[in-house]
Amino acid sequence: MSDLKFSEKGMKKYEWLLTRYPDKQAVLLPALRIAEAEFGELGIPEMKYVADLMGISPARVYGVVTFYTHFRRAGTGTFHIQVCSTLSCALRGSQELADHIAKRLGIEMGETTEDGMFSVSKVECLGSCDTAPMFQLNDNYHENLTLDDVDRIIEDCKKESARGGAR
Amino acid sequence: MSFRKIFTPHLGDPNCHTLEFYEKTGGYEGARKALRDWEPDALIDEVKASSLRGRGGAGFPTGVKWGFVPKQTDKLKYLAVNADESEPGTFKDRVLMERMPHQLIEGIIISCWAVGIHSAYIYIRGEYVHAYQRLVAACAEAYDKGILGSKVLGHDFHLDITVHRGAGAYICGEETGMLTSLEGERGQPKLKPPFPAIEGLFGCPTVVNNVETISNLPYIMEIGAEGYKKIGPESSPGPKLYCVSGHVEKPGTYELPMGVNLLELINDHCGGVWKGRKLKAVIPGGSSAHVLSADECDVAMDIESLAAAGSMLGSAGVIVMDDQTCMVNALLNVMKFYHHESCGQCTPCREGTGWLEKIVHRIAYGHGKLEDLDRIDTVCDRMVGKTICVLADAAAFPAWSFTQKFRDEFIHCIEHGGSPEVKRRHPDRIGGGLHV
Ligand SMILES: Cc1cc2nc3c(=O)[nH]c(=O)nc-3n(C[C@H](O)[C@H](O)[C@H](O)COP(=O)(O)O)c2cc1C
Ligand code: SF4
Ligand code: FES
Repeated sequence: MSDLKFSEKGMKKYEWLLTRYPDKQAVLLPALRIAEAEFGELGIPEMKYVADLMGISPARVYGVVTFYTHFRRAGTGTFHIQVCSTLSCALRGSQELADHIAKRLGIEMGETTEDGMFSVSKVECLGSCDTAPMFQLNDNYHENLTLDDVDRIIEDCKKESARGGAR
Repeated sequence: MSFRKIFTPHLGDPNCHTLEFYEKTGGYEGARKALRDWEPDALIDEVKASSLRGRGGAGFPTGVKWGFVPKQTDKLKYLAVNADESEPGTFKDRVLMERMPHQLIEGIIISCWAVGIHSAYIYIRGEYVHAYQRLVAACAEAYDKGILGSKVLGHDFHLDITVHRGAGAYICGEETGMLTSLEGERGQPKLKPPFPAIEGLFGCPTVVNNVETISNLPYIMEIGAEGYKKIGPESSPGPKLYCVSGHVEKPGTYELPMGVNLLELINDHCGGVWKGRKLKAVIPGGSSAHVLSADECDVAMDIESLAAAGSMLGSAGVIVMDDQTCMVNALLNVMKFYHHESCGQCTPCREGTGWLEKIVHRIAYGHGKLEDLDRIDTVCDRMVGKTICVLADAAAFPAWSFTQKFRDEFIHCIEHGGSPEVKRRHPDRIGGGLHV
């Protein structure tokens, strides 16, 4: 038995959500967002909790979660760098950016550093093509990036982590 | 008539997203007018008369779409605002939601009044966290001031708006995929008919419109259909947001009348091709549109003119490529996208997008054959018009037009051991083995 449970605030939000849709299943994506925020990631136990809470089968929840790419899955680093590599960004140097990040962190695209601090992946167009090259770092967009910017941002993350801040 | 900007004139002000600012600049007057002076049916006719056409990609006449929703029905009706914005090269809806959220809410009120809807959802892509927060805050302000809720602007009309986050899937921008996702399922498109206007969200009649489409409505209320129709070409009028990215000096979102000349957009508004280079090619309407070669770019950016030029306005995502761009490599990037984003339901799409990526990949990496160009045509033929949604077509169009219009470059790569860009970047990977 896992002891996962939404906080009071999370539960209130979930109950409010139930009033916004005529069909319970529609609350699944928003409920998964609450789980993501409260538990930090969506692994099997977190998915199982949401399934039980909503009275739908865990297999179905798993099927839904894995269809999408933007949920924070179990094992993702504290800082998740998602480099846009679609055409407009590629035309303005996203490949060099991605190569540089990988080299800096000593990992390949799609991997997580051993200490669990950074994950880096290539993603498709983030709707910020006019500020290419760019990446999303957890919730935030970092735009018009130079390689120096990348070094600075990575250092900032390390400092933040040393101070105990996670996201 | 001189052109008046309606989406972007206040973006210089850091508070333009607030209710206070919006009301100070005439905000919610259009919704007040609609609720006070317009019978719903007459309002639908007015929107039809304005010739407003969808800004999400397909360009369908908005009023006509609203007219499809059954008037007599026991079912509830819904509005689902498409804020999934994932077409490569497109970023206009993000600007509207982050900076002008109340304009969108006002447009939603007008739409829902016209069609008799009491519940609207805004389906916003998961990555747009900032825009999501702005929308949620704007809705809260609107509820607080009685603009939304049980008595919209003091009228006997109730309306709820719920902002719903997606979770990263291009296919959830396709309208039936979006509705399936909103229902809490894997966002796979469904066969049409039935169209959403008849049977959509939760099995009920549903209007699906793009963020920019809806954001036009307050202005139509203000100047009327007659005035609106005078902006740009009569068949697809209105103010328009163009997203320009790639090799220009000043990439960005530009508000101009529908039908602006593409070269004028690039040269006069965006500072021309960057680094003093020459233009090679432009994708005018998001990566699903046929590419235009430089000599085809003297064209008006509206629905009819671009269709006549063999491409489409689509989402107005203008991707500019300079004369040093390797078109084989550019196409490989686009093919990767569609292969990654195919939802996999339809064999021609799932397999076809995979094949297209593989074939272009091997040309770029130096083991292509001349027959591969015919093979691309064959694969495209087997994709177009044969699937549940048009993602398959959207993948085939660039494959076809890149290889037709820049055939010499593809042949050069085949005959000279691969793309110069790949050779520079991965000298170790050229020639030997397949790296897919
Ligand atoms: C693969 C695919 C992706 C799409 N993505 C979007 C999108 O991100 N945003 C959007 O508004 N429309 C998108 N559309 C178009 C929608 O299906 C639909 O036509 C549109 O939302 C209708 O609104 P409109 O009439 O106001 O343009 C997409 C279509 C397809 C086939
Ligand atoms: S065409 Fe492709 S994306 Fe569309 S439903 Fe079929 S498999 Fe899915
Ligand atoms: S291509 Fe990178 S944000 Fe659009």
